Amino acid sequence: MNDLSTSSQITYRAVPIRSGVIRRIRGLSDRTLAWIFITPTIVLLLAINIFPLVWTIYLSFTNYRANRPNAPTIWLGTDWYQSILTDPDIWAAMQVTAHFVVWTVLIETVLGFGLAFLIDKKFRGHGLWTTIILLPMMLSPAVVGNFWTFLYQPQIGLFNYVVAFFTGRDASSFQMLGDVTLSPWAIVIVDAWMWTPYVMLICLAGLRSIPDYIYEAAEVDRASNWRQFWSITLPMALPFIMLAVLFRGIENFKMFDMVNLLTGGGPGSTTEVASITLKRAAFESWRTGYSSAFAIILFVTVFGLANIYVKALNRVKSR
Amino acid sequence: MSAANTAHSVVEPSTGTRRFAGLLVILYAIITMVPLVWIVLTSFKSPDDAISYPPKVFFKPSLEGYCNVFTTRSRQTREFIRTLGPPQGLCDKIARSRNMVVAGPSNYVPRFINSLIIAFGSTVLAVALGTLSAYGFSRFRVPLKDDLLFFILSTRMMPPIAVAIPIYLMYRTVGLSDTRLGMILLYTSVNVSLAVWLLKGFIDEIPREYEEAAMIDGYTRFQAFVKVVLPQATTGIAATAIFCLIFAWNEYAFAVLLTSGNAQTAPPFIPIIIGEGGQDWPAVAAGTTIFLVPIVVFTVLLRKHLLRGITFGAVRK
Repeated sequence: MNDLSTSSQITYRAVPIRSGVIRRIRGLSDRTLAWIFITPTIVLLLAINIFPLVWTIYLSFTNYRANRPNAPTIWLGTDWYQSILTDPDIWAAMQVTAHFVVWTVLIETVLGFGLAFLIDKKFRGHGLWTTIILLPMMLSPAVVGNFWTFLYQPQIGLFNYVVAFFTGRDASSFQMLGDVTLSPWAIVIVDAWMWTPYVMLICLAGLRSIPDYIYEAAEVDRASNWRQFWSITLPMALPFIMLAVLFRGIENFKMFDMVNLLTGGGPGSTTEVASITLKRAAFESWRTGYSSAFAIILFVTVFGLANIYVKALNRVKSR
Repeated sequence: MSAANTAHSVVEPSTGTRRFAGLLVILYAIITMVPLVWIVLTSFKSPDDAISYPPKVFFKPSLEGYCNVFTTRSRQTREFIRTLGPPQGLCDKIARSRNMVVAGPSNYVPRFINSLIIAFGSTVLAVALGTLSAYGFSRFRVPLKDDLLFFILSTRMMPPIAVAIPIYLMYRTVGLSDTRLGMILLYTSVNVSLAVWLLKGFIDEIPREYEEAAMIDGYTRFQAFVKVVLPQATTGIAATAIFCLIFAWNEYAFAVLLTSGNAQTAPPFIPIIIGEGGQDWPAVAAGTTIFLVPIVVFTVLLRKHLLRGITFGAVRK
């Protein structure tokens, strides 16, 4: 290792220069090895992700129904897409989804950043309490939805009892999951309980990435705490906050497990998010062509929104 | 805290601030823990205590929930029960007090075993494939590297239900529906993107000079990978494996749509544990508690790497 700088460049190009070394590297060339290492993953993804995706695209142009595999398949062109984009039920589901995404992300970001800001003060034992707070996000959303159903039971549930205790209402007078106005909030509460720690963890990393000397300089300049928060803390943590918002936004746009178990989309269709609509169309009424078209529309939407957001994120980072 | 900071630095929060911040955080932590503590408590309640009003915090502990999760029971007449011998173990005793006898094991154990097999199988596969690819992306010049990496990540953006439609049709055609192998392959494909991104981050942090030195000493590239890089990446591989395990362990959407019995995992099964006259809450709580124990252990183990895992390696500390 007499010349580190060139040798590190060399491996970057993966072509050793010293002919002596070349002779001594027996076995596979790097190019072959790269192929052997990467191909299996790509093949698996092609088989289980891309092939089905292409199939979905094909099905979305046909009248195929999964429960009648032997019926003749008719090519419909873009009929499904047109009917979906003009279907008021679909727009209703998209609206419900958007409401959920906005409210959950907003609440989780405010709570999560607040908690991170407090934990960053490094009080005694903050490590232990942080770990405790992180627990909910590691659990299975399905199991969480299931035991919150129990907490929300009108007559016997702990949640109703606690609310009744503090508000003086009758614990059986309101149904968190059966009431048209309350059920969306029931889901928002569970989602916030589960995912606030997620936002908190990312924000905490952001706060810890701010070097102390900036605050020291601000102290020297006699900047007030308030001013420090607005001029240093928030702008420097912003890329992290946005990253958390991006991840939560994508995840909650796909929300299915918890909603399916808490309300199944009901009462009526007040909590019917896009994934539930899709499940009903695909696995209950077996409209495979129609649901495939909807799946593609959803995917394009997530992908498009995520891309726009990532561009904004990069702009914030580069500032 | 950088070394330059003394304990009396101007940016250190005062003791009062710290205490107040701590108090608020602890308050939130306690509120957050209530549902979890409640579910564990409920698992040790008798069915009557579980649905009492007001909810009971102090109660006589009973193992009925755990018995009901592991056994099926059949109702019998008192006369018939009298003709039987002494109860076969604790669960039978509890059942007899309710005019029932234990009929046999429930479906919970096979479902739990399915969860274990599918989670471990998909984890081993995803981590193996992920380690190889991550090393490839980290060390070699791969054509279209960034595009490939982005493609791998984008597979995670699909709503599971959208993917489930064609997977369902595909599995039905090739005979993989409701099989453990089918679920293992599916979870591997979902997890492999996380594995590649996380492990690439870990391997990027291992200096290339180690391998180069080994290769100059006469190792081949592959030997250098096995004997130099893998030992260095052990922590990263372990953390990645735990993340993959947790995902497969918790997954519900695919499981509920693509399995019905044979390969069904615990998450779709737990919510449908029905007792006589509606949900048997202590049994559901017991099934949930058993299911959550490994997750709690893993979370504590993963503390240091949690941030990496949830951000696909984007934030590393």
